[in-house]
Amino acid sequence: MTSTKTAPPSAPSPEQARPDRTERTPRRIAFGHKLSKWDLKLSPYLYISPFFILFAITGLFPIAYTAVISFMDWDLVRNSGTFIGFDQYVYVLTQPKFWIALRNTFSIFLLSSVPQLILAVFIATMLDQNIRAKTFWRMGVLLPYVMAPVAVALIFSNMFGDKYGLINTTLADLGLPPVMWHSNAFASHIAISTMVNFRWTGYNTLILLAAMQAIPRDYYEAAAIDGANRFRQFTAITLPSLRPTLIFVIITSTIGGLQIFDEPRMYDQFGTGGANSQWLTISLYLYDIGWGQWNFGRAAALAWILFIIILAIGVINMLVTNRLVRDEGSRDGRSRRDRRAAAIAARTELEHRVGGTVRDDFGSAPTGAATSDTNDKTTEVAR
Amino acid sequence: MTATEPATQATTSMNTVASVTVNAKDPKRRLRSRPVRGSRPGWFVYTALAIVLGSAIFPYYWSFLIGSGDAGTIRDPNMSWLPGGNFIENALTVVNDPAVNFWRALWNSIYSSALIALSVVFFSTLAGWAFAKLKFKGGKWLLVFVVATMAVPMQLGVVPLYILFADLGWTGNVGAIIIPALVTAFGVFWMTQYIQQSVPDELLEAARVDGANSFRTFLTVGLPAARPAAAMLGLFTFVTAWNNFFWPFIVLDRSDPTLPVALSLLQSNHFVDYSIVLAGVLLSTIPLLILFVFAGKQLVSGIMAGAVKG
Repeated sequence: MTSTKTAPPSAPSPEQARPDRTERTPRRIAFGHKLSKWDLKLSPYLYISPFFILFAITGLFPIAYTAVISFMDWDLVRNSGTFIGFDQYVYVLTQPKFWIALRNTFSIFLLSSVPQLILAVFIATMLDQNIRAKTFWRMGVLLPYVMAPVAVALIFSNMFGDKYGLINTTLADLGLPPVMWHSNAFASHIAISTMVNFRWTGYNTLILLAAMQAIPRDYYEAAAIDGANRFRQFTAITLPSLRPTLIFVIITSTIGGLQIFDEPRMYDQFGTGGANSQWLTISLYLYDIGWGQWNFGRAAALAWILFIIILAIGVINMLVTNRLVRDEGSRDGRSRRDRRAAAIAARTELEHRVGGTVRDDFGSAPTGAATSDTNDKTTEVAR
Repeated sequence: MTATEPATQATTSMNTVASVTVNAKDPKRRLRSRPVRGSRPGWFVYTALAIVLGSAIFPYYWSFLIGSGDAGTIRDPNMSWLPGGNFIENALTVVNDPAVNFWRALWNSIYSSALIALSVVFFSTLAGWAFAKLKFKGGKWLLVFVVATMAVPMQLGVVPLYILFADLGWTGNVGAIIIPALVTAFGVFWMTQYIQQSVPDELLEAARVDGANSFRTFLTVGLPAARPAAAMLGLFTFVTAWNNFFWPFIVLDRSDPTLPVALSLLQSNHFVDYSIVLAGVLLSTIPLLILFVFAGKQLVSGIMAGAVKG
């Protein structure tokens, strides 16, 4: 600011020297300058405005409006509501169906995300090795991702058929009793989780693979030198390095898992979550209240309850993941700060030792660039 | 004589520091391990990967197997693992079923997904360009806000959105599924990240020196530079829009569906005849399969690049 203000007073001196030139050009520059200044100032806001305007209409406004509707008894004919306070929340929370749906959602979510992530880490570790035809395997792993969840649900509900399904036929061939994939609640959760796992494992694998490839190879070399085996390298280097990515993947799969709708909706031809709500999920219940019973107030209340659950689980997830992965990476019960302090102390001690002895020896008689270079590398490896 | 002395001194010093002996091997090790990571893995890795690949392909094959048979195939205890000859017949049944509206659904899916992908790419690149390369008051906070909105579930907005579109008389119209999808927070975040990392500030300055105004700079510098990320974002958005079910299922009429909604009708119409249902499933998956064959590489590298790296 001050520099632009002090500039004009110094300008007159060249003006006096060459009067005819300065008369035209500065004015044009000033005008153009003003325009481009406005351009520079305004255009960023113009560029981001489409997002914010559209988001305000289709994202922000509905969220706020959902909150309003959730306190109302919504009349579809008049298309307006009467304020009734927390009654809709009370109603939803006292429905046994809600708690069944909550249980089912959690059960399906856990059955899908836990094995899926373990499997994804495992597959990513294999893909992270120096395999042939990398792109081929990566594309193969992602193949299920392009299939619509509805399509996946239709195929798997066929394979999990109670009477003639592939799985039960196979079980019969093996001499095992058939599993009632539709009437048994837990079995239906396994079937639905299988659909989710089929579609998402590859996707998560690739995300984890990307994070694995970002881990510097030197860490593994150093660990190998220290005598750590494959498994030890995995728990001591790979897993801790993956922590941010794991948190990201867990949170996204939580958000997705708690909203699950397509698969349970298409699991049988009625789409009501089973005769005894065996696989009714919260989203399915929301659809049923809103567009089956046409009660928008209750549906809105349920939507907010779902949102709060997602937020809470997200936070819990983050805390647990942070803990879990960190503990596996550490050698003992020491906190991160302690370990870091110890590592720094060890490093300075080593540097001191290496630097000290080496410098004394070479200081007396320099032997050339090659050896000193090696010594530089030594400290690097030791670090 | 004096020349050898330092050399012996050097070796003794090397022996005193344990890691130096390891280091003596290091140059060779490095040469071997740097460009490729370690040695080639054994057969078990390939076997495991082949199993993974097999389970990824199997459902596709299964739907073809059942879809190419007839109504009795699924109940046949000695079912053959080779496809039957009825696929085209079954597919024609799906296509000609007036209750399913297959062609209508295909067309709706194609143009709504394409429009959504184009719009998301353009607006996200525009906003990403502003967030990444232009300085303006509150930019940082606005970007944080954009990222925060990614955690909001779709379910939170469906009731009022439905009321809104019902008010406008748009329920049953494909526009009702296009409008809410025109921008995404993920897209803005993605493009911001990419442009920040890959477009040097010098390019911007050069354009400014050449007298280009801000929008022209965006068109001539920003858009071309952002092309790889834009292609990936477009692919992603297209796949997501194509497969979206919850909102279209709520807001669209059964007579004017998208493919997933049409698929859902297939089951309620032919709930016994799985050969027709699964033929329809495969039929509706073919367009995306074709896309995957041509653009799968991009999609893979897109997911790989989009990850949060430690």
